[in-house]
Amino acid sequence: MTIQEVPQGRLRSPFYPRQADLDRLFQWHDWKGYASAEGFYDTTLEYFSVRNSAGVFDLTPMTKYRITGPDALVYINRLVTRDMSKIKPGRVAYAVWCDDEGQVIDDGTIFHLKQGEYRLCSQERHMAWLQMSAIGMDVTIVDETEEVCGLALQGPTSCSILKAMGIEGIETLRPFGMATYAFQDTEIMISRTGFTGDLGYEVWLSNDKALDLWDAMFDAGKIYGIMAMGTEALEQARIEAGFIAAYVDFLPANVTVRTGRSRSPFELGLDWLVDFKKPNFNGRRALAREKRNGSTWQLVKLDIEGNKPAHHSYIYSTSKGKKDVGFITSAAWSPVCKQNVALGTVRSPHGKVGEKLYVEIYYQREMHWSKMMAEATVVDKPFWDPPRKRATPPGPF
Amino acid sequence: MKTYDAIVVGAGHNGLTNAAYLAKSGLDVLCLEKNDYIGGATVSRNLYKDWYYSNCSYVCSLLRPEIFRDLDLARHGLQITPYGGGSVFMENGDYLGSYPDEEVHHREYSRFSRADADAYERYSADTMRQCRFIRDFLLRTPPDPTSFKPRDLKELAHLGSKFYGMGEQQMYDTIRFWTMSVAEYLDEYFETDVIKAALSGSGIIGTALGIHSPGTAYVLLHHYMGDVDGNIGAWGYARGGMGSVAKALSSAFQAYGGELRTDAGVEQIVVKNGKVKGVALTTGEEIDAKIVVSAMDVKRTFLKCMDKSDLDDDFYNRVNNFKIRGSSGKLNIALDGLPTFPALPKGSPLLDGDMHFIDSMERMERAYDDWKEGTWSKDPYVDMVIPTVSDPTMAPPGKHFMSCFVQYCPAQIEGRDWTDEERDQFGQTVINQIAEYSPDFKDLILHCEVRTPKEIENEAGLTEGNIFHGELTMDQLMFNRPIPGYAQYRGPVGGLYMCGSSNHPGGGVMAAPGCNAAREILFDLKRPDITPANFGDD
Amino acid sequence: MSDRYDAIVVGAGHNGLVCASLLAKAGKKVLVLEANSQVGGAAVTRSFAEGYSVSAVAHLLYQLQPQVVKDLALNIETVSNDMGTIALSADGNHVRFNGDEVSGVGHEDVVQFRDFRKRMKRFAKLLKKFLNKTPPRLANDASKSDLFTLAQLGLDIRRLGKVEMQEFLRLIGMNMRDEVVERFDSDLLRGAISLDAVMGTHLGPRSPNTILTYLYRLAGGDGAISQPTGGMSSVAEALAHSARENGATIRTNMKVKRIVIENGRAAGVETEDGERFSSWLVVSNADPKSTIMDLVQARNVETEFTHRIHHLRMRGNAAKLHLALDGLPTIPGVEKREYADRFVIAPDDHYVERAFNNAKYGETSVKPVFEICFPSFRDTSLAPTGKHVMSAIVQYVPFELREGWSNKTRSAFEKLAIETMAEYMPDLADRITASELLTPADIEEQFHIHGGHWHHGELTMDQFLFTRPVGGAAQYAMPLDGLYLCGAGAHPGGGVSGAAGRNAAREILKSGYSL
Repeated sequence: MTIQEVPQGRLRSPFYPRQADLDRLFQWHDWKGYASAEGFYDTTLEYFSVRNSAGVFDLTPMTKYRITGPDALVYINRLVTRDMSKIKPGRVAYAVWCDDEGQVIDDGTIFHLKQGEYRLCSQERHMAWLQMSAIGMDVTIVDETEEVCGLALQGPTSCSILKAMGIEGIETLRPFGMATYAFQDTEIMISRTGFTGDLGYEVWLSNDKALDLWDAMFDAGKIYGIMAMGTEALEQARIEAGFIAAYVDFLPANVTVRTGRSRSPFELGLDWLVDFKKPNFNGRRALAREKRNGSTWQLVKLDIEGNKPAHHSYIYSTSKGKKDVGFITSAAWSPVCKQNVALGTVRSPHGKVGEKLYVEIYYQREMHWSKMMAEATVVDKPFWDPPRKRATPPGPF
Repeated sequence: MKTYDAIVVGAGHNGLTNAAYLAKSGLDVLCLEKNDYIGGATVSRNLYKDWYYSNCSYVCSLLRPEIFRDLDLARHGLQITPYGGGSVFMENGDYLGSYPDEEVHHREYSRFSRADADAYERYSADTMRQCRFIRDFLLRTPPDPTSFKPRDLKELAHLGSKFYGMGEQQMYDTIRFWTMSVAEYLDEYFETDVIKAALSGSGIIGTALGIHSPGTAYVLLHHYMGDVDGNIGAWGYARGGMGSVAKALSSAFQAYGGELRTDAGVEQIVVKNGKVKGVALTTGEEIDAKIVVSAMDVKRTFLKCMDKSDLDDDFYNRVNNFKIRGSSGKLNIALDGLPTFPALPKGSPLLDGDMHFIDSMERMERAYDDWKEGTWSKDPYVDMVIPTVSDPTMAPPGKHFMSCFVQYCPAQIEGRDWTDEERDQFGQTVINQIAEYSPDFKDLILHCEVRTPKEIENEAGLTEGNIFHGELTMDQLMFNRPIPGYAQYRGPVGGLYMCGSSNHPGGGVMAAPGCNAAREILFDLKRPDITPANFGDD
Repeated sequence: MSDRYDAIVVGAGHNGLVCASLLAKAGKKVLVLEANSQVGGAAVTRSFAEGYSVSAVAHLLYQLQPQVVKDLALNIETVSNDMGTIALSADGNHVRFNGDEVSGVGHEDVVQFRDFRKRMKRFAKLLKKFLNKTPPRLANDASKSDLFTLAQLGLDIRRLGKVEMQEFLRLIGMNMRDEVVERFDSDLLRGAISLDAVMGTHLGPRSPNTILTYLYRLAGGDGAISQPTGGMSSVAEALAHSARENGATIRTNMKVKRIVIENGRAAGVETEDGERFSSWLVVSNADPKSTIMDLVQARNVETEFTHRIHHLRMRGNAAKLHLALDGLPTIPGVEKREYADRFVIAPDDHYVERAFNNAKYGETSVKPVFEICFPSFRDTSLAPTGKHVMSAIVQYVPFELREGWSNKTRSAFEKLAIETMAEYMPDLADRITASELLTPADIEEQFHIHGGHWHHGELTMDQFLFTRPVGGAAQYAMPLDGLYLCGAGAHPGGGVSGAAGRNAAREILKSGYSL
């Protein structure tokens, strides 16, 4: 019996050969065992492709679980905080799931593939939690992460590119809709979802057709300004869109070691995802208690004066900076909004919309560090939220 | 005749640590060692040609970094290098590897179960939570729960607040963790037998309990709470073997002006008028001191090195009933080359780490059954390492040193002493087990030292060869260690202190008991506390 | 709604009856539904052969709480109130226990035994205080009464005095084997005490925690053992009588299929026959696993809670063996009057440990251990005149036998058990006219206890007090509104004590649910 050694180091996604051809930066990092590019040519250009034409991001490392069986809906409905019975086949739901204490384990998207068949897609791995939740239920959970690859095609020309690829009827797909489409001699699944806050799609297919998809997309996209993008550009876009990320803006509760470091959906500003009309779901009792007694933390979107990103800054309630009330978790200069934006977490009762807070920013100019106290306003809406994101059918650009 | 401020009996790592702190505080300290070399069970012995064996303790993780830093051990020559793997060889020809890269580790576990691979993260987090709880107490003196002294109340309150600070469900988890068996603990996370077997070993090393015995989850923690450079749970090698730890400590001790004497076995701790007067050596020489600190285990200290009439009966009986059980043996082997393990891919990084040959929970437990019957395990749990894979200093180039820690191996065979023949059979049992997975192993053996608890006791002075100076069961932990009412390093006689691993927080090359005892001694002498505090929040 | 009960108690085990009776006494409208035709659950007397009856599972009273007897003004007749114990030796040199005295051992052992008993009873008394309290919640936002109970527990331990407190904190986590070896020379003495420490558990005398299980056994009648007249059913009947007197309705042959949940709260039950009863509260006397996994179902509770319940350790190891005898078997060295006593076969601690070894691997003990009594000796109602019944607890008999339970494996084990006893009772085999062996698998089937575990869950420190059945749900209220647990799976645990039922009733009444 010879045992094949498991691959050492980072894995390559099925799109890697094409990515390698484009790559001029040689900056890769780990994403759940895969090599994921920080960028390919120039992160600023890549970022602007999302806002101006279309960017392509490799989603392959996302974990994907197929959930089937007679109890699939009951199971998913207990798993996540929102009411999944409202999500019809062909729809995708953004959802969070919690432990019994109402602390967020992760967020992700759930695809209702067909009646009673779901795919859960998230950044972190959850087989252990999903199986634990399956005790006493008739469901089957299969990890399809390695079998299914994916590309996000995001930006104002994304619909045009898909159309040019010959994807029939893509323009009728509404936000958070999904459908399967013929592609060459196979089927691909496309959802109108994304992590950029702009018009965009995510395309899912089996690994063996990966390069065909890439080639077709880039061929069709040539005249629409298509560009491969890495995580740096995506990160900037997702902060503008006000999306949170695991291990950045919150920690998965089931692997959080220190008390009080995890967050509830309320504390992450996801109240709209918690549906108390459901009689039972994980965390319901704890969340009901929290609703009564109030939350400890509040996630805030901050519009900060000036132009210096507030990376890792403390947040204060006064400009004197005596007592910190929280800290920044994500910060960026928004090129499209021309705004200094950030996500942060502050202790309640701070964090009300319109509240003026202060952040202590450290910045460096020619090796010398300076610090400044900048006013930061708590805002309600995503920093970037163009109407084209919602338009169905979408415009050509 | 000269009267020392303090005599420390035994130059093991705890004795030396204690002596170093007392000397650093400005006391006139003499440290006595019965052997002609220092280190106790923390040694590198040259027993065959140019090989240096870590022939007792063999890997390092628990050594408190606070002490390492505080005593400047790096400058005194100590270097710890983490190791790069670990493996369990399976009867069906497969193996389970443990890789330092967490993604590769995940991939490897996924070969057996995706859910187990994912659960490892939660397991690590939950275990880490317990580590963080206990780590806070390693460099603290356990409070006496029966006392109303402000110091004890303060420590009790600290314990309470640490516990309460964990949060409700975590408190329950903690209670369960401290009382359950390692097998049950693992059952709550994993489904794959070999994965559970691989992880359960840490629950029984050095312990006269089986993986199903309540209390072994804590023993697992005892092997997880250490770290290498803040990497909690990681293990490493001391460059040059474990003797380097003792060497660095003694160098620090002497740099603070301490005096070290080897070949100076203590026959008796001399007591006069209810107070220690000094020690009498086996040679008949008497040395006076105001304080005597014993780094020996409590049984050896009080049953062998003190006059029974100096102790009260109840104390004596309690010491007598203190559980120090021989449950481990050791093989130290000089190898002509690196053995091959056909199951592993060529050039596998897994050789740089601990290797095991038991792949099921049942085999783990059955190994314990043999011990209960008064004999060594016929299919033992062997914790095998080849430090020379990464350490060039312990064997000539191209040659290797292999250390095999063996669980279980009783102090006596069915109630009587071991014969030489049985010792050889024991060694053969271990060699055969390894040879099952490495066909060229036997031919590479140049020299093999087989040590049953008897040899370990005779040489290192550990009662029954128990590596922890006493079982790590609930009844012998924290304020119960070594015995209730004596958990604060003070002996039953004025001026007598205990600084060995029989005391909180227990064994392993940790140096914490030595350091904690020094703190109590300095407190009694009304000298400033110079012992280091916890690094905190890690 | 007039037909809505205040509370439905699922299962008429002794705890269910205690709880029902106390709730009814407080003026609540209570319905008790029992699956079997008899009340009592595992505390019943059943006929197993024409003319022969026996207490089918539990057969001796150790720890029926005096508070329960008092609260419900029970009148339980016993044929013997303070049974002695005889540890059998194959050579007829038995060791006899009577309260705190032991004979048949050396003087040193006699003195040690008195001291041992004194200490154990002292600790058992302390434990008894805990048994009758609701475990406090450990939480930063714990209520004042939780904190008060916690402080009381601490204070009670401190009140033992310095030396005893130290000893308590040391012994509580320790194993019985070390304690008996430290103290006693006599093998029989060591064996008998070891057996008492491991009965009904998945532990051997070397397993830490076995002092606790021993103390638990003592924590009722101050260590006294008694045999109720007419067997265990008389206890159950007395409780049922009290419940009815207080106004509760008890219906037998009504197996509950599921607990009805409406809008996220327990709202009644549905029986196997499809009959539905609605109520404000459901109180389950079933074990926690059956309650949550079967009656409530995982979908109605949360993941971590389900996971904890799923991992409750409750695989029984104790079998019951009942023999119809045409006369008392000869036991060399035992006088006639002594047949009223309890006999144990556990020649030494190592023997008990070895018997446990098999259980770890899903095998029955090659040399099992026994607790034996002849209930008909004093209680003639249990057997035809001149005939006798033997009731024996045999250990270790795993719930999940590796080779599977079948008639073949069952009768092989029965044969082994009888042969083992015959080493002490040479003519036993000749006297047997009928027999019944209940393995844990049979107990599960007939008494609806998951794993056939009579404590409804191992009584180990990790499933004790704050964490019984699981952390966060130790206060009888389950994390499903309207659902309570009142059986042995809740604090304090098994044995015919009634403590869990009584504590649960107190919590329910205290919660002041509004109708």
